[in-house]
Amino acid sequence: MEEFERRLAETGFCQGMEARHVRLLSGRAGERSFNANEFIFREGEDARLFYIIRSGKVSLEVSAAERGAIVFQTIGAGDALGLSWLFHPFHWHFDARAIEPTVMFTIDAAWLREKIEEDHDFGYEILKRVAHVMIGRLQATRLQMTDMYGGSDLKGI
Amino acid sequence: MTEAILNPMLPRTYRVRSKQRELRDTFTLLLEPADGEGAPTPAPGQFNMLYVFGVGEVPISSSGDPALTKRLVHTIRAVGAVTDAMCQLKEGEMLGVRGPFGNHWRVQEAEGRDLVVVAGGLGLAPLRPVIYHIVAHREKYGKVVLLYGARGPEDLLYRREIEQWRGRFDMKVEVTVDAAASDWQGNVGVVTTLVSQARFDPSRATAMVCGPEVMMRFTIRELQKCGVAAADIFLSMERNMKCAVGFCGRCQFGPTFICKDGPVLRYDRIEHWFGKREI
Repeated sequence: MEEFERRLAETGFCQGMEARHVRLLSGRAGERSFNANEFIFREGEDARLFYIIRSGKVSLEVSAAERGAIVFQTIGAGDALGLSWLFHPFHWHFDARAIEPTVMFTIDAAWLREKIEEDHDFGYEILKRVAHVMIGRLQATRLQMTDMYGGSDLKGI
Repeated sequence: MTEAILNPMLPRTYRVRSKQRELRDTFTLLLEPADGEGAPTPAPGQFNMLYVFGVGEVPISSSGDPALTKRLVHTIRAVGAVTDAMCQLKEGEMLGVRGPFGNHWRVQEAEGRDLVVVAGGLGLAPLRPVIYHIVAHREKYGKVVLLYGARGPEDLLYRREIEQWRGRFDMKVEVTVDAAASDWQGNVGVVTTLVSQARFDPSRATAMVCGPEVMMRFTIRELQKCGVAAADIFLSMERNMKCAVGFCGRCQFGPTFICKDGPVLRYDRIEHWFGKREI
């Protein structure tokens, strides 16, 4: 296994993935660095790349007019960044900004979508992992929505 | 302690030595006995019943250094009549104190093991004595991880101390908030998401968790996913205690009384009742 392929295989997203599938991914993967505060993508832009964070930290933000940008999640090394590349109309739904120097694996999204349709074993592997990311984020969002720190569990003491 | 055991229903008068505002609605009282005599020192996790004369009495966990004698430290959020009145107390004013009551965090039993401390919101207050203890006896523990979550950056309790603990090279401190403006450089997301990223050996780790019950429930799931056994997870449970000595039954939780069997409970002993909305 080549160095690049090995590094990709070690990310949280790819952990446990069969070597042939990692090899397939790494064949179309590149690397990109971002400075602290640099935007990786902005809301509404075409989702042309699938990103996996190799190192660093990224904040996911929505612009809320006069309230400015609101950070709703930060993610770090090994995490998949954004899933809109997989779903029509393939536009990012939020802003992603590096909050420290960050290195990303990038994979051509159009190619990946094609490959998922073509090779269902590979597609199942990718979608299983995407679903895992989605359920983790859905559960975290539900907890955030409860505003659990908003008051005491004990009323009126 | 002896007096509390002899007459647990009789409050002793304490004077407010200082009051420090921590957050918009949260403050810390430093109390000393009005008679100038010694004061029982609560073990980490124990609580006192604080009585505002003519208003009412509430259970509040100790948040002070367990090595600090003759004084009590309590961090309180103003959420109702009694705590609002407490918030109005000025230096030199009096209040009644019964206690300390309840059991404590098993800091001695955790010696030689990795320690994962997970706090949510005001839940950091009952865990602060644990952290003081660990810092004072750091060589007795393996890896130490503190994971702390709050609603927003402005809701972080004990900010200066967290920065000090984070500055140590022998302790991992991760803080997260549920939402923040873009000038916040820290983590954003629920505290439960920090558990899987923390580095510790689950087979020899003790976890101490305190926060809103919903947060503790999801934290336990994450700890168990990492391989921490139910018998190695301890929670501090919050119930509206009245007598504090197991007479009145107000704080009954399944077969246990939070005031006397808790507030610190081992998860495997309450697993069956924990999270049941009817209890």
